Amino acid sequence: MKLLVLYSRNPEQQMNKIIEKEYFSEVVVKLVVEAPHIAKSRKAGHFVIVKTGEKGERIPLTIAAADVEKGTITLIIQKVGVTSARLCNLEVGDEITDVVGPLGKPTHVEKVGTVLASGGGVGVAPLLPIVEAFKEAGNRVITILAARKKELIILEEQMRNHSDEVIIMTDDGSYGMKGLVTVGMEEVIGREKVDLAVTVGPAIMMKFVSKLTGKYNIPTVASLNTLMVDGTGMCGACRVSVGGKTRFVCVDGPEFDAHLVDFDEMMLRLGSYKPSEAEAYENYLSSHPKTQ
Amino acid sequence: MAEVSEYLKNEREQEWRVALRSTLKNKERTMLERVSMPEQDPGKRNRDFTEVNSGLSEPDAIGEARRCLDCVNPTCITGCPVGINIPKFIKKIEAGEFLESARVLKETNTLPAVCGRVCPQEVQCEQACFYTQKLKLPAVAIGHLERFVADFEQNSGKMSVPVIKERNGIKVASIGSGPAGLAFAGDMAKKGYDVTVFEALHEIGGVLKYGIPEFRLPNRIVDVEIDVLEKMGVKFVKNFIVGATASIEELKEEGFSAFMVGSGAGLPNFMHIPGENLIGIYSSNEYLTRVNLMNAADPEYDTPVISGKKVAVIGGGNTAMDAVRTSKRLGAERSMIIYRRSIEEMPARKEEIKHAQEEGVEFMNLHNPLEYYADEKGRVCKMKVQKMALGEPDASGRRRPIPIEGSEFIMEVDTVIVSVGVSPNPLIPQSMKDLNVSKWGTIVVDQDTMHSSVTGVFAGGDIVRGGATVILAMGDGRKAAEAMDQFLKEKQK
Repeated sequence: MKLLVLYSRNPEQQMNKIIEKEYFSEVVVKLVVEAPHIAKSRKAGHFVIVKTGEKGERIPLTIAAADVEKGTITLIIQKVGVTSARLCNLEVGDEITDVVGPLGKPTHVEKVGTVLASGGGVGVAPLLPIVEAFKEAGNRVITILAARKKELIILEEQMRNHSDEVIIMTDDGSYGMKGLVTVGMEEVIGREKVDLAVTVGPAIMMKFVSKLTGKYNIPTVASLNTLMVDGTGMCGACRVSVGGKTRFVCVDGPEFDAHLVDFDEMMLRLGSYKPSEAEAYENYLSSHPKTQ
Repeated sequence: MAEVSEYLKNEREQEWRVALRSTLKNKERTMLERVSMPEQDPGKRNRDFTEVNSGLSEPDAIGEARRCLDCVNPTCITGCPVGINIPKFIKKIEAGEFLESARVLKETNTLPAVCGRVCPQEVQCEQACFYTQKLKLPAVAIGHLERFVADFEQNSGKMSVPVIKERNGIKVASIGSGPAGLAFAGDMAKKGYDVTVFEALHEIGGVLKYGIPEFRLPNRIVDVEIDVLEKMGVKFVKNFIVGATASIEELKEEGFSAFMVGSGAGLPNFMHIPGENLIGIYSSNEYLTRVNLMNAADPEYDTPVISGKKVAVIGGGNTAMDAVRTSKRLGAERSMIIYRRSIEEMPARKEEIKHAQEEGVEFMNLHNPLEYYADEKGRVCKMKVQKMALGEPDASGRRRPIPIEGSEFIMEVDTVIVSVGVSPNPLIPQSMKDLNVSKWGTIVVDQDTMHSSVTGVFAGGDIVRGGATVILAMGDGRKAAEAMDQFLKEKQK
């Protein structure tokens, strides 16, 4: 490990270079980024904060995979606003201005028996290392991947490599079973004993997953993706109510007991900047026609 | 200590100082009036981020320097956490040798332009000044003079780089690039060490960048001081969290011999009252970070900030003043301080309170928030506050606020900034199992050496104090540097 490559006040130093780029769909992009220290230190559940451009904002992204040998981490990004669009528009050889991590507490992994993992949208990306880790710890892992339509199902093959069973759910029935993620989960819960549920995805999905597993008394962990600024416990932008207490996702999480999380509050807070974000994205799109 | 006083005495007996003293009688010096800091017009400055205090002119600075009596026993120095040779730097001003004066400052102070702006001199050097203590007259304006000299040097384009002892090649690290880390780095570099400063954020400077607003401490001032450190050979690594990106153990393998933890005050405190997580309610850390570090108020930058028309800032410290004055500059019609005690108990500097009042900030003292209410979109729109009265003094020596039953009322707000203190950053303590940490989460150190329970790991600033000032953090950094130097020399034997 050579720290010298990180003397980043030197503007000529190449940092956080993109090694590989792949489109999973029109709006979902995979970036493999050079970040040797993070690749070495990260564990399942960890995330990074990235900032693109001198005037960019800091956003959290969960680490989908890492290659210690090559010194790279894999990020999966869905284009939803200015910052994610900027990231998705970077090409191989470009650099991400700032990448810092790994942040958050790693997933608590142990052998519990049967783990039911559910991922929605790009939440499937952070779910992958968690599934890997539970499988490696000797659990039976059943993974449910959910999306609106076939094109938005990602990482299916990788998930199959690390799961005992993979169930695909699409809202429109264009692939796998038709219906929400909870339909697939109920089917599994109905036929076998589930010892632990893990869920990563949009807040609304995790809320319903949590409701369902609560009904069956299945311990459930949700990995939350809230707004963040510094990501190191300094600002409190990421605060959520867990069991009536205010907790910080960046240092206390990102994983919490799903049954104690106030998802409604979390969804409200996620929408804090919706009007200004939408306007900023409109402006961005009109000045960057190629991203449309 | 005897060595220090001997040194100061010899310095004072230098020919130029003796000659300068004889140019004016002490009686004449004490007749001179204390200079006042020129300030931008409050009605204009509360709409932009230009610096409030514009700095002394050369004649004003020399005039003020004449007031200093160059005391035999300069008590002012005892009030300085970094031990600046105050009479010497002031007499250099009186002599018109401003660049020389700057050299004197930099012998012990890594960040003079910062300290000249944000130090609470009125409770430190100026409090200990002969004028305050014995003459009951306004102190020599030591802070204004420090800033004058530091700015003069910055503007001269002839920044001096402190003399470095022969480089010893021993690698040491500072964890955090705030005031504690920078002071430590400066001193260790002077002693010849190979210093690397690790910073978690994408900018160097810590609270000097993300916390203190531009109108009190412009970022370019901080950057110039950091440039000097770079010229002294200090290396800076941004986006690197020791304990996460790499562990202290890994850094040891990289050849680092000792560490100074100056990771600062982390977690913002909240009051845990209903509605505190509504949209539009920020910690002061978040609000100031968005505006100061991320430039959220500039439409060219991507980071957003909600800045309403009716802003309530909860708290009475310097950070609360920074937040409320920032909100005014972002276009608030009403910017209010809500503080549960009276203005006399406010922990903020008098100057900050005065500036806030001039700029049109409303002070609702003896008020305490009880609950926040949201509109249909989940945004804060109202809050319930209760009036308070003052009772007997509490453990802090300040009179305890007592709620007045039945005095509650509802007021309209659209942005709330909670500024009721911070708890230490948990990242380092979490990553080091053997580190002795207090029940408040601060790192426990030996008071004299700043050495923690882990051999070779020193700590200072808010991670030790829980929440203090820039200059106290810098004092810790210097102390840690001194002790680490001793420690490493012992180890070499």
